[in-house]
Amino acid sequence: MNSPTREALPAVDSGRPHAASTARHARKSVWTQRWLLSPAVISLLLWSVVPLLMTIYFSVTRYNLLSPDESGFVGLDNYRFLWSDPSFLPSIANTLLLTGSVLLISVVGGVLLAVLFDQEFFGRGIARLLVIAPFFVMPTVSALIWKNMLLHPVYGLLAAAMHALGLQPVDWLGQYPMFSIIMIVSWQWLPFAFLILLTAIQSLDPEQKEAAQIDGAGPFSMFFYIVLPHLKRAIGVVVMIETIFLLSIFAEIYTTTAGGPGTATTTLSFLIYSMGLQQFDVGMASTGGILAVVLANIVSVFLVRMLASNLKGENEQ
Amino acid sequence: MASVNLRNVSKRYGDNPEVMRDINLDIQDGEFVVFVGPSGCGKSTLLRMIAGLEDISGGDLLIGDDRMNTVPPAKRGIAMVFQSYALYPHMSLYDNMAFGLKLAGKSKSEIDAAVRKAASILHIDHLLDRKPKALSGGQRQRVAIGRAITREPKVFLFDEPLSNLDAALRVKMRLEFSRLHQDLKTTMIYVTHDQVEAMTLADKIVVLSAGRIEQVGSPKTLYHHPANRFVAGFIGSPKMNFIDGTVSAIDAETVTVQINNGGLQQVCVAARGIQPGDKVCIGVRPEYLQLDSDHPVIKATVSTVEGLGDFSYIYAASASAEEPLISRIPDTLEVADGSQIGFSIKPHHCHLFDSQGEAMPRTTPPTQH
Repeated sequence: MNSPTREALPAVDSGRPHAASTARHARKSVWTQRWLLSPAVISLLLWSVVPLLMTIYFSVTRYNLLSPDESGFVGLDNYRFLWSDPSFLPSIANTLLLTGSVLLISVVGGVLLAVLFDQEFFGRGIARLLVIAPFFVMPTVSALIWKNMLLHPVYGLLAAAMHALGLQPVDWLGQYPMFSIIMIVSWQWLPFAFLILLTAIQSLDPEQKEAAQIDGAGPFSMFFYIVLPHLKRAIGVVVMIETIFLLSIFAEIYTTTAGGPGTATTTLSFLIYSMGLQQFDVGMASTGGILAVVLANIVSVFLVRMLASNLKGENEQ
Repeated sequence: MASVNLRNVSKRYGDNPEVMRDINLDIQDGEFVVFVGPSGCGKSTLLRMIAGLEDISGGDLLIGDDRMNTVPPAKRGIAMVFQSYALYPHMSLYDNMAFGLKLAGKSKSEIDAAVRKAASILHIDHLLDRKPKALSGGQRQRVAIGRAITREPKVFLFDEPLSNLDAALRVKMRLEFSRLHQDLKTTMIYVTHDQVEAMTLADKIVVLSAGRIEQVGSPKTLYHHPANRFVAGFIGSPKMNFIDGTVSAIDAETVTVQINNGGLQQVCVAARGIQPGDKVCIGVRPEYLQLDSDHPVIKATVSTVEGLGDFSYIYAASASAEEPLISRIPDTLEVADGSQIGFSIKPHHCHLFDSQGEAMPRTTPPTQH
């Protein structure tokens, strides 16, 4: 344990007076830095780059577990097959629709709830806890609860409510599958947006609100001119984080509709699952995986463009 | 422009007892009034009640001739500058200053004229399209003042506007406030805990303590004729010395006090409600507590000497006073720590407080030496 200290000290002492040895010392310390960083960098490579390369390799290979004898390099055939797959384009559209709708609902709803829960009222602490609660429920569990206890046309709470009103119960997952999934996922992610936005709203300087009040701002001008601009960055963060998670939503779809009826709720991540683990076509699934990476990158380019200036903002310049 | 009058104003939070009561104050049109007091004395609360940011629990607030108790802040004809400046961070300086007028539905040209005018008064014309974060503390403070000016208020309210600035800038901005008041001639109410700001800026100082007005008066009046022991101790730095004693004789123009563990001291005040034998307290400012080894009335032991260049302060423990005595002496005098010294005081430099802390009126002009 002592040896590094003993080595380092003379190096510093002798290095000071001479520019040349200082440079050598600096070079040496650069290598020390790299050497110290290497465990992190190497494990990152193993975790991300190796799987990516393997996925790319599989995506240009015929690799079906049902016919293991047929294998080998097939070029871009897998991509052509996937493109012509009737569920491919719907799956992209579904992914974007799901992500976009949930983002919209959770951000708009989150802002409104945050403004509401920023007010003083009796039992605010408990109410806040209840609003945040859905976020702590596991996705499969919440999907099952929605499916069997809330949306079920026979046993569901909504069905009971409609019966009580003398209406015909709706088979939500059958008739409005995408709408139902959006509802379930929004229910889970609204609390997240709410939590981030509430903390952001609480960081608004009360003197700023008072200044606006003296300037004559009513509730609406206050919201649009003071509160909303203040929330801009927090909204950016919410959109970013939620997008990352929403693009890969799977458990909710698997437990409720299994991608159906037809391809009505098949997203890209569900399509990959179905190709890999239902049709056992590893090559096609890998192709889908690569396209998912491409899609995620396209979305993130837009996101970063939209948010970059906003995120680096305020404190710099 | 307008006067501000408070009649029996009180403040309570919920069902708790009143934190402020019987606040009566008349502020003339065009006056520069400073609220000063220790933290928690209610000076900011009082300002916020005038601004309309706090409800008034009782009494009347009049700005001009109108009762303003329930009028919303924007309609009171006031503008306020906050301690944290409270600029809108996402708006340019121009928009910051234009915001109030925009909400009031003024035309573009009117807004532009008002903003440009305010900016030129404060010399910030060249900064108008920047955002607040690109500015220094002093510049932000100017913008905050500019935002107040564009509203053309009848009354300006300043809530500790200089306490976030460094010492040098504070002195500079203090001068600007006084210039601003001379230029605009608008009623200004200024809250501070810094008595130098209070003394230099105010036409009239209001000293508050524990939700009560202790005294209202010009800076000179407060310094030379404090109404009670609190004001005497609060105004002036370093603090006034308080020396305990007992009344031994009273005549028309003077009171003679037997100082505890000390000599007899004559005090030029008119006796009010005190009799020989009563406990009293002599107040004397550090500059008038003189070193005197020949005929000392008070004996003390030096504990610390602070040399400030042009003069020094001696801190000395004495059996006659609860707190160490402070004396200002020329720096040419050398006084060693731990040495025994004596003090004497001229009768017309003394203040006298009864056991309730109320001051006796002084009979000799304090300016005489």
